Amino acid sequence: MARQVPVHAPATDVIDVAGVSVSLSGRQVLDDVSFAVGAGEFTGLIGPNGAGKTTLLRVILGLQRPAAGTVALAGQPRSRRGPPVGYVPQKILLDPDLPMRARDLVALGADGHRFGIPVPSRARREAVAEMLHAVGAERFADARAGLLSGGEQQRILIAQALISRPKLLLLDEPLANLDIRSGQEIVTLLARIAREQQVAVLLTAHEINPLLPVMDRVVYLAAGRAASGPASEVITGEVLSRLYGYHVDVLNVHGRVLVVAAPGGAADPTLTASDVAGAG
Amino acid sequence: MHQLLTWVVEPGFFTSEPVRAAVVTGSAVAVVSAVAGIFTVIRGQSFAGHAFGDIAAAGGSGALLLGLSPLTGFIGLGIIGAGAMDLIGVQRVRGRDLATGIVLGAAIGLTALFLYLDTTASATTGAAQQVLFGSIFTTATTTLPVVVTCSVLVAAVIAVIWRPLLLATVSPDIAAARGVPVRLVGMAYMLALATAVGLSSLTIGAILSTALLIGPAATALRLTRRMGWALAAACLIGVAAIWAGILLAYDSYYWGNTHQGLPVSFFIVAVIFAAYLLTGLAGRRPARPHGTAVPSAGDAIRDQVAA
Repeated sequence: MARQVPVHAPATDVIDVAGVSVSLSGRQVLDDVSFAVGAGEFTGLIGPNGAGKTTLLRVILGLQRPAAGTVALAGQPRSRRGPPVGYVPQKILLDPDLPMRARDLVALGADGHRFGIPVPSRARREAVAEMLHAVGAERFADARAGLLSGGEQQRILIAQALISRPKLLLLDEPLANLDIRSGQEIVTLLARIAREQQVAVLLTAHEINPLLPVMDRVVYLAAGRAASGPASEVITGEVLSRLYGYHVDVLNVHGRVLVVAAPGGAADPTLTASDVAGAG
Repeated sequence: MHQLLTWVVEPGFFTSEPVRAAVVTGSAVAVVSAVAGIFTVIRGQSFAGHAFGDIAAAGGSGALLLGLSPLTGFIGLGIIGAGAMDLIGVQRVRGRDLATGIVLGAAIGLTALFLYLDTTASATTGAAQQVLFGSIFTTATTTLPVVVTCSVLVAAVIAVIWRPLLLATVSPDIAAARGVPVRLVGMAYMLALATAVGLSSLTIGAILSTALLIGPAATALRLTRRMGWALAAACLIGVAAIWAGILLAYDSYYWGNTHQGLPVSFFIVAVIFAAYLLTGLAGRRPARPHGTAVPSAGDAIRDQVAA
């Protein structure tokens, strides 16, 4: 199931999450979550709504302090002064009135964190052009960003995240607002970027099937707990039943995976089969 | 030629000291309002911008009561108001309108009290007119240096926070992940906005300051899809509206036989409103079918014109 491209064994993992626990207003959202991602690896962070995926991304970004555990980037503890992390948040819809072309938005990714007004330069223009090419966005580079379709905006935001040359690219539900075809295009694009630029790509999704053909590794999150490894080892009835805390079955239908909760088997009555990730 | 000129510009316009001071002060205020206004519009904070106008009204009427210059009150209370809104939660999108509305209500209440006391207790004549509708012709000569200084300060603050503010406008999450102090940048912008509104309260009045803040910016955003050009266009529209407004108000003294000059604020706001309507008619963007992302011909032409 994992992509059959040999991943060069990295000296250190790009990101190493070790024993992370987070409580938000008294509720334990993450419970002793550990996993690591190497350079050029494409990792899906899969789980039902409310499993703690966004919280985990916020911990990795340094926007949420964990109650326990550590996050290391390229062997160093996560800090604001550390290497940049590319980030595409979920549900960004750009304002149609925003007076910015797609390429302006990409440029903002390079120096938007700096003070002062932007100074145009050849190097800046070339970096932007290169990123627009990398995500296949040249065609609409001069259009008003807020008027682009969801898939086009997603490409622009990926280019904006990549222009700071991060070793790690995080995307929160990048497929959520896209139709199936645009979603597939984005997944293919991200897999290519991971491979060609040796960027570790970590994206969250509540639906595993679109990612199965390209994922090197899956981190499955349920009820705040995580299991990680190749999809063939993680997406099994045994592993997922342990995570959910009740019996679930994993069905393989023509290369697609269905995760199904046994009737009445839910120890947590608020969870039903439709909440279980991958069941869609 | 000379006849045409005296028909457009009534005698004495170019030699009048108050007019000259009004033109300089008004232009500085228009530029600073445009700079702050662009961000106000794209951040969706027009309501906060209007609230600063009401806060300025309370500040201006309170300052008159204490025997201070209205400008002190316009800007001083605006800065306090920005802090109050931040404390109540103007940075959270959900809390924003609520915080703004509560502070705005309190400000209008104070204005009512102060204006009442101004006119009864201390007998400051014309306080309501001055605070609510501006006093560009009567005060411009004396306040010119301080207005220009404050305008330069506001423009400098916005230039410094330009990129982080823009990134935080696009997405506070991306900005925070890149290490931008999002709250601090937002606060600096609110203070700049409060000052800009204070300055424009002096010129066209606290009530009408919103027009100068939002109007030119909103008009400019219809004309271009680049930040820099939108800014330039907003400044031009604002300055043009001020000049045209001052000219028309000056001329209005000679209209008819009453020899009663009409208020300059009315003319400025009328010009701004007309510009907004005109660009709306001329530049209506054709609806683009979903998913076909090609810049419209109109966009391209307008951008070339702007260049």
